Amino acid sequence: MKILGSEITPYKTYLNRRKFIKGSLASAMLATVTSSAFANHESDPSIYSKNLNENDKLNSYEEITTYNNFYEFGTHKKHPHLNSGNFKPRPWTIKIDGLVKKPQTFDLEKILSNVTIEDRVYRLRCVEAWSMVIPWQGFQLSELIKMVEPLSSAKYVQFVTVFRPEEMPGQQKRTIIWPYREGLRMDEAMNPLTILATGLYGHEMPNQNGAPIRLVVPWKYGFKSIKSIVEIRFLDTQPETSWETLAPWEYGFYANVNPNVNHPRWSQGTERRIGEFKRRETLMFNGYEKEVAHLYKDLDLTKFY
Amino acid sequence: MFSTKNFNRSKPVLFILILFPSLLWAYQFVTGNLGVNPIEKLMDELGLMALRLIILTLMITTLSNIKSLKSIVVLRRMIGLFAFYYVCLHFSTYIVLDHFLDMQFIIQDIIKRPFITFGFISFLFLIPLASTSTNNMIKRLGFKLWKKIHYLIYPVAILASMHFYVLVRADKTEPVIYMGIIILLLLHRIFKRLTRPQLAQ
Repeated sequence: MKILGSEITPYKTYLNRRKFIKGSLASAMLATVTSSAFANHESDPSIYSKNLNENDKLNSYEEITTYNNFYEFGTHKKHPHLNSGNFKPRPWTIKIDGLVKKPQTFDLEKILSNVTIEDRVYRLRCVEAWSMVIPWQGFQLSELIKMVEPLSSAKYVQFVTVFRPEEMPGQQKRTIIWPYREGLRMDEAMNPLTILATGLYGHEMPNQNGAPIRLVVPWKYGFKSIKSIVEIRFLDTQPETSWETLAPWEYGFYANVNPNVNHPRWSQGTERRIGEFKRRETLMFNGYEKEVAHLYKDLDLTKFY
Repeated sequence: MFSTKNFNRSKPVLFILILFPSLLWAYQFVTGNLGVNPIEKLMDELGLMALRLIILTLMITTLSNIKSLKSIVVLRRMIGLFAFYYVCLHFSTYIVLDHFLDMQFIIQDIIKRPFITFGFISFLFLIPLASTSTNNMIKRLGFKLWKKIHYLIYPVAILASMHFYVLVRADKTEPVIYMGIIILLLLHRIFKRLTRPQLAQ
């Protein structure tokens, strides 16, 4: 089994080592952590309680890292955990191109030195009708977008996952068209809820969860939250996305969590929260209605599912 | 070696072998060792086992055409009944554990989702097969009628494999393999009928 750096490094040292954490927020975080010195977030999840909705309970690190849909490592839920050991998430670069003032390729470290990493506890709702509650660390996508200065003609953002079949055994088979692609409308990308996550439970992002950097869009089905991103393009037309291309009658571009629009294979009215016995009612926009409903007030959600 | 007597002797061993997985999964389920999403896992394992046993009964019939393996057919009833056993467990896991007896939801699910429709019809067709599986029933119905009823195993197998095929999101290799086996076994039967119609009775 792979041992994560953060499992053998005391948490405080680990945080200090990651130089990108800076500013008042970081010191606030360190203060919180000092109170539970040398504790991993996993063993002391209480530090997330202020971000946690009263109806939600955090899923465990084990649940979050052993039950994944990440077809680059295989199609079974266990495969990403079992098959991602050879993946090398460092060094990492992200190419920014399309309708931006300065198309360029960033070192990930450079991006991270210019943003503030914060804790975000989000519900993740998979289109397969299961869900989890995950404590991410990351930064708002809007921060990166502002950094690269898109042109006013840019209306959509497309994301591309890395293609490394030698490190990602699932890519050796054409289960879907590689590389995986996803996209957002510009206003969705700029929404404060949308983050690029670089860690969870205080660990660097595990390979099976999309190391070293992935999107998290909590009001959309999980497949929108693309993992291991190497390219971000700014476009004036709606980009193709992987699942929509594969089965347009099942998956739409928007893929907003919506209990009233059923998928042909899964009723979306209820969901199984991992770790719970009885199903829960699925909430409109996965419970983030207040934050995002305004984005879609002119859109027929049954048509643009 | 492959005498009726020996096949009959192997039955208790076979019985335990086929029963064992269900006991293991039940134990793992109760002790929390079926992974992160145990209900889904239990349902998947039970369903897959049922499909494999259904295919196995078709295979046994085919194998019994080989002269030296003729007696293998004595194993078919037990395996068929086990297939029904696993289908019942699979279906009740779906109803009780997955949906907690929410009948309104379940009925909607059966009607609206093709893969559940396929699975449900397959289950319904298995009921007359299982309930006519005694020697007494064969006598009462007469062999001809009994055999006609038992042709239902073909739609059962096809629907069960379709149930699996539609469920899988992207990599359809495994369900395609099962479908392929079923088609080959059916083709063999058609071929046999065409070439040796007298055997069809």
